[in-house]
Amino acid sequence: MADIEGGGGGGHKKGGKPRGKKMSTRVDFTPMVDLGFLLITFFMLTTSMSKPKTMEINMPVKPDKPPTEEEQTKFPKDRAVTLILGPKGNIFYYEGLPDNLTFETTNFGKDGIRKYLLQRNKAIHDKCSALRKEFQEGKINEEAYKKGIKEAKGDKTGPLILIKPSDQSIYKNMIDILDEMQICDIGVFAVVELNEIEKQAVEAASPTQP
Amino acid sequence: MPKVKVPRKSTMVDMTAMTDVAFLLLTFFMLATKFKPDEPIIVDTPSSVSEIVLPEQDVMIISVDEQGRVFFGIDGQFNREGLITKMAALKGVAFTPNEVKQFSLVDQFGMPFNQIKQYLSLSADQRSKFNKSSSGIPMDSLNNELGDWIWQARLTNNNIRVAIKGDMDTQYPVVKRIIKVVQEKNVNRFNFITSMEADPRKTGSE
Repeated sequence: MADIEGGGGGGHKKGGKPRGKKMSTRVDFTPMVDLGFLLITFFMLTTSMSKPKTMEINMPVKPDKPPTEEEQTKFPKDRAVTLILGPKGNIFYYEGLPDNLTFETTNFGKDGIRKYLLQRNKAIHDKCSALRKEFQEGKINEEAYKKGIKEAKGDKTGPLILIKPSDQSIYKNMIDILDEMQICDIGVFAVVELNEIEKQAVEAASPTQP
Repeated sequence: MPKVKVPRKSTMVDMTAMTDVAFLLLTFFMLATKFKPDEPIIVDTPSSVSEIVLPEQDVMIISVDEQGRVFFGIDGQFNREGLITKMAALKGVAFTPNEVKQFSLVDQFGMPFNQIKQYLSLSADQRSKFNKSSSGIPMDSLNNELGDWIWQARLTNNNIRVAIKGDMDTQYPVVKRIIKVVQEKNVNRFNFITSMEADPRKTGSE
């Protein structure tokens, strides 16, 4: 295996001067490569390359006193959409105020909540998509892009989403719905708690045991 | 016609180039590597399209595992030293310099405050066993130690951000409680740690 090609024997020949053996300078690198790859494997396995990503959320600051009757009626009914995260990845949603509390049921699937939100938020989403396209093609710079997105999302006619995760939901559901907000370019959304009526409705609507 | 003689070739290959590549890669990985921190609990984070990278400094991480056990950790040895000193003063427990030093080396911990001394005296093996059976940091309204930790961490480093790292299957009430505790400490902006997911807006498969 070794690649060192010694002259073999060597020594005096024909009684001439003693000469040093002519050794080849070639060295077998195979073990070195082995070692190299072993260490590479070790470092590849121990290293953590992908940095975790985060999702930022601003929670509404708790008011010092409960809102007055007048403030409550200011709530724009026609823009409000309430999404209740139920058990097993179900989403119950309704628009406006919970008058007679009939809600639609959907889920996180492809034709689920995203379809509804996109349709509901079409104007803003289209605007944002156009901006994104322009930005990707390099027609506008980042500053203009960010400003445009901010403007589009600040539209006063877009839906206001109230996210109400029920106690039966899991953390993943909440992250997923916040993610949908980002995907669908929803401008205004908030995570709030369920009220009593909704709690009961969720319990009634959710199948007890499959 | 004589047989065509296939000349015998040496099977030796010059390994030099391969060695070069191997060591180049090795150097790269050695320099790029940052050892995975040893996490006391397994947290399988959900994925999101968000692309904000978690900062490495000035961050406190509140981890919640599937069973709803809460672990806490802040970055930086000095910060941790400051944190434990402040907590000790708050709770009226004295820590020896050695214990403070030990604590400053702990990345994430999760146990009621009165068990910390015991935990710090354990060896690495015993610690991981301890973590498996630990109940996490209490955060109910009677004994809200999580709130104390958050508050003292903010006093230690006032640029600190709050990051919540939850497991996919954590029950929502636990998360709700954590958010409430965080908000009680006047933190209204915080981060959820997630892993990457392809953005359907970019891949064009909406």
